[in-house]
Amino acid sequence: MSDCHDCHSCGSTSVAELPRPAAVRTVALVGPPNSGKTTLFNRLTGLRQKVANFPGVTVEQHTGVAEFPDGRAVSIIDLPGIYSLQPRSEDEHVAFDVLHGKRAGTPKPEAVLLVLDSTNLARHLMLAAPILALGLPTLIILNMADDLRNRGGKLDLKKLSKELGAPVALISARGGQGIGEVFDFLAGTMAKPSPTLLPILQDVPKCREWAGAVGSKAGYRAPIAPKWTRRLDSVFLHPVAGPVIFLLIVVGVIRTIFMAAQPISDAAQAIIASSGNWLASALPKSPLSSLAIDGVWKGVGNVLVFLPQVLLLFLFIGILEDSGYLARAALIADRTMARVGLQGKSFIPLLSAYGCAVPAIMATRTIENKRDRIATILIAPFMTCSARLPVYALLIAAFIPNRNFIGSIITAQVAALLGLYLLGFVAAVVTARLLKSSVLKSVQAPFLLEMPSYRWPTFQSLGLRLLDRSKVFLRRAGTVILLVTVILWIATYLPYSGGKPLIENSLAGTVGRTIEPIIKPLGFNWKIGIGLITSLAARETIISTLGLIYGMDPESEGMQLQKALHQDLSTGGAFALLIFFAFAMQCMSTVAVVRRETGGWTWPILQFTYMGALAYAGAFIAFHVIH
Amino acid sequence: MLQLSGNKIHTEIPLSALVDLRMGDAAILDHIELPTDDARRLMELGFLPGSRITAGFSAPGGDPRVFQVDGSEIALRHTTARHLKVRFESSGKGRGKR
Repeated sequence: MSDCHDCHSCGSTSVAELPRPAAVRTVALVGPPNSGKTTLFNRLTGLRQKVANFPGVTVEQHTGVAEFPDGRAVSIIDLPGIYSLQPRSEDEHVAFDVLHGKRAGTPKPEAVLLVLDSTNLARHLMLAAPILALGLPTLIILNMADDLRNRGGKLDLKKLSKELGAPVALISARGGQGIGEVFDFLAGTMAKPSPTLLPILQDVPKCREWAGAVGSKAGYRAPIAPKWTRRLDSVFLHPVAGPVIFLLIVVGVIRTIFMAAQPISDAAQAIIASSGNWLASALPKSPLSSLAIDGVWKGVGNVLVFLPQVLLLFLFIGILEDSGYLARAALIADRTMARVGLQGKSFIPLLSAYGCAVPAIMATRTIENKRDRIATILIAPFMTCSARLPVYALLIAAFIPNRNFIGSIITAQVAALLGLYLLGFVAAVVTARLLKSSVLKSVQAPFLLEMPSYRWPTFQSLGLRLLDRSKVFLRRAGTVILLVTVILWIATYLPYSGGKPLIENSLAGTVGRTIEPIIKPLGFNWKIGIGLITSLAARETIISTLGLIYGMDPESEGMQLQKALHQDLSTGGAFALLIFFAFAMQCMSTVAVVRRETGGWTWPILQFTYMGALAYAGAFIAFHVIH
Repeated sequence: MLQLSGNKIHTEIPLSALVDLRMGDAAILDHIELPTDDARRLMELGFLPGSRITAGFSAPGGDPRVFQVDGSEIALRHTTARHLKVRFESSGKGRGKR
């Protein structure tokens, strides 16, 4: 366990601060998209991942730690999926830089795990050439061994290893077979690859020829075409049935989110209200107990009750993505994308924006064309993100009657939620059209989309996603939302003169009443106004804000949030508020990430203003039409 | 197995574009008429001159279409597929332009 018994290759290794668990080695995980790289990463690192990790596509570097039974550990960097080491998109730049040790803040990897799809080995082996040329110790991992076997493919691992001059492991990251070999490599000496004759890396046909030759020398027999994928595609990509199924899936997902999770949230809200009342009577009346009950319990608690909805949304996104259906959905929706002038590559970031706009905006790095990329960044926050879901769920449950709309399948409440999702999408599409036909006009880059085979999603991968999302949700509630709520609570106590002022006369109330004239035309009063201000930090904060305000107001003290809302909002006002939230860019994290990704304040300011104006106009119209 | 060259019948059959393939048709890629970077990207995905491409399912309306090439299924828009010039295999019922 000395620090450098194997450091013959590393010139400037930074020695880890803690001497006891041995110097942690860094290993890069590389592979083409759809090679099952992320599944392997999850398998190796389990829960020991650094969560800068969001749903959607792997764009940011995810790092994790693989631990051995003896306590030693290896740090693994999961690089974005790449087809070659030619840096063109930002994704490929990241991979290139890390592997060459040129990425600031990331240690140069001491070894590489190259993940390839064994069912499509001849083509995937092309990536082995530039990776082996790096001269780093490399393990070639042939994934999807179960598929290869089931579909009648085979190869000679020893011969392949000899041809490549590097160890080879045949594994199934999903099933877990062969993972031991990966650990053996990580724990072993990590020998450098022995030199082999590699093709000229710039010459793609030569690389492919080399890969083919290596494959046939290793006796590689490609598996037969996946029958089930063809069969399923004949349904999912059927000219008539395909789009119908697509719509049914969207409706089904939204209906389930609302119908299955709403009762849980409703019950939780009732529990929060009644237990809050009980606590208030049990505890001595003091500012501190008010902070605990009104601020933390009723404020933040009312946000937490929406966790089931958010998790259900991510469960569905996960199933659609892991099963391979998402690529088909992208294909079906591509026509719409093309019509508004966006390329197919914009679709994946936009889909992940249904989870959260922040990773979606980071995922636009795969788009090489600068103008297309900015257009995608600008429209991504219109997609209904998971932070809007609690606000929608609360207002819809409170103001829209639970009666049939289109039969009993689409109730009025489900229809309202569907309508809001559609509204965000339409706003995005129209905005894209405007941008692409004016300031951001560009030549179309070719649209390439690989269709992966259909696979069963695994419980492990879905479980990890949900755990991850729960952490993000709870962290937001425990940091941003809690902080804003506590600041607001303080503002309801100021100016303090012996006793707490009436909430209207407090600092918070004064601010709310100052902006009331501006928002009155939308059907909002000063209480909603305070919520609009605090929700600039994060959308769900309006819920904790209203929970807090109603908790402190004697008139609504003991009420459940849904009921209390009726004091301040007419049905028209509720619709206006829903539409306001559909359009407005109330999210500091998004503003920050847009600034970072576009390299200045111009675009985020423009975007914030545009979305704000649209929100105001939309809410104004809604209030006056429904009023 | 996959390194078909097919240069015997080179000159006689006029070239068509990938976009002319109907579902189930197969053809041999002759060359790509796109800027180097775009062509490279296509080649990395298996669209190499000499490779056999089969047209598969498509989105409603026929655009984009999925093509089977080199063991993968890749979807291309018409605007891209138009620039991939192909020869129909001699036995195939090449339709040429529509």
